[in-house]
Amino acid sequence: MELSGLAGYLVFFLSTVSIYAILALGLNVQWGMTGQINIGIAGFFAVGAYTSAILTSAPNIEHVGGYALPFLIGVVAAIIVSSLIALLIGAITVNLRSDYLAIATIGIAEIIRFVFQNEDWLSHGVRGIADIPRPFYDGHGSGYVFLAVALVSVALTYFLVERARQAPWGRVLRAIRDNEDATEAAGKDVRRFRLQAFVFGSALMGFAGALYAHFIGFISPDAFEPVFATFIVWAMLIAGGSGNNKGAILGAIVVWLVWSGTETLVARLPAEFATQASSARVLLVGVLLEIVLLTRPQGILPEQQPKLIARKKK
Amino acid sequence: MTDLLQLVIYGIVTGSILALGAIGVSLVFSILRFAHFAHGDLMTIGAYGGLIGVSLAGLSPLASIPIAVALAVVVALAAEYLLYRPLRTGSHTVILLISSFGLALILRSAVQLIAGPAPMVYRSGIQLPMRFGDIIIRPDHFWIIGGTIAIIIALHLFLTYTKFGKAMRAMADNMDLARISGIPAYRMIMLTWVIAAALAAVAGVFLGMDTRLHPVMGWRLLLPVFAAAILGGIGRPYGAIVGGFVIGISMEVSTMFIDPGYKHAVAFALLVLMLIVRPTGLFKGASI
Repeated sequence: MELSGLAGYLVFFLSTVSIYAILALGLNVQWGMTGQINIGIAGFFAVGAYTSAILTSAPNIEHVGGYALPFLIGVVAAIIVSSLIALLIGAITVNLRSDYLAIATIGIAEIIRFVFQNEDWLSHGVRGIADIPRPFYDGHGSGYVFLAVALVSVALTYFLVERARQAPWGRVLRAIRDNEDATEAAGKDVRRFRLQAFVFGSALMGFAGALYAHFIGFISPDAFEPVFATFIVWAMLIAGGSGNNKGAILGAIVVWLVWSGTETLVARLPAEFATQASSARVLLVGVLLEIVLLTRPQGILPEQQPKLIARKKK
Repeated sequence: MTDLLQLVIYGIVTGSILALGAIGVSLVFSILRFAHFAHGDLMTIGAYGGLIGVSLAGLSPLASIPIAVALAVVVALAAEYLLYRPLRTGSHTVILLISSFGLALILRSAVQLIAGPAPMVYRSGIQLPMRFGDIIIRPDHFWIIGGTIAIIIALHLFLTYTKFGKAMRAMADNMDLARISGIPAYRMIMLTWVIAAALAAVAGVFLGMDTRLHPVMGWRLLLPVFAAAILGGIGRPYGAIVGGFVIGISMEVSTMFIDPGYKHAVAFALLVLMLIVRPTGLFKGASI
């Protein structure tokens, strides 16, 4: 009994970490590889979750949706919709410094959250969408099948992002990050590459959102507060190592360990401290982020230059 | 018609608060070259600093402004010493943006930790509003608008007639040229933080007087503040003031036509429009 409780917790822990790892990998494409700042991760995450939830859930007279489509179609739609939003934001800010992208992304994330909070017909407002199908839930309280799906998703995402990083495409992104003018002078279309990277990263965030919706089975605007969906992901990537995909995954594990570890600690405190303690946790992660930035900005696993695919012959 | 006039007055109140925030964001953006994401939470710090004076010393919110300003200035200078200055050497300025985003979360959760997550007010009970025909104005609104006008005049005199003010405008205009002509860059950076934080604190107290105090009150205002700074042109304090009023009035008047929940979308739409049509802002700010 004790052991199965522990195993159950471990399954939950790993499933959550997998979803965060995909978010961190998406951010790594944008920030780690291209140097773009996305403060609106929560927005893309929410769009992915709601898109899939609306398409796959059973009919409900109180809000739109209920198409009861299969899980895979929900996921693909989530990726497409978050890509389209990213394309819009990216197209507006692609000519400007990354600070403007940062400002535009908090704007779009706030608006997305407001839409899901206010538009009852679309998202059931603050009551959220329940009864999202959990296709990999076997009904016995264990989530082994979902965990397998989540791990495969992380592996697939990692493969894609790592392949992209080593490819000439990734090399151009790093060149843009390190010296935009030189890249432009080398004849690369900087704007197009930047836009592609931003859309690719945001599509991964939408994918993570869809997985989250089918993992929990219930979503409401509260789950997409910037603290939980944006800030934590930044802490993960910076701690793990910006530009390093293994680092992004490791960061997701480490930061989630700290985050959920303190949660178990807080759960033991008397109830009157509970609300205060949750802000102490955010404070702790914030301080950790600043310490990493100051003392080890490259993160736990620093970025490594990929091996040249074609070696020079002597 | 009276509805419209009433909303315009609310817009001027919101615009005053936005303008005070946007001046600081604009100065920091042009002199330190990064978008300061903790500026909204600096306003929150100011608002709760004012609460210290109100609840502990029994002062009025206006009389507590010096406490608010002192607290926000200390926080900003501490952030400069502990975070921004070490990070400025060697790393790209976007690291400063990330760091300020982290600081924003730290400040917000510190406020929540100390004051609790529940909304608070400076003064409970209803203020007797003044009536001008069908238009209703709360005394607090007079204080907010009047206070903002006074601060803008003081800032104008400082920027136009004092040596430091002129040096600051020179730095905002062209950093390299200013340095070559012997302006002490570091002292000016400190001064920038003092002014930006003081204005943010006043904006925070005004915001608390206008509505309620809440740990996310400043963060929620960050987007309109940025929109105002960009609309006015980065590095243009006067532009930021105009931007603040334009954004504030548009946000309030828009509630005649759309759901008040979408006020922020209006600020965002204006920002996007500006970025497409004229990224340097109305007053041709720095093209960063």
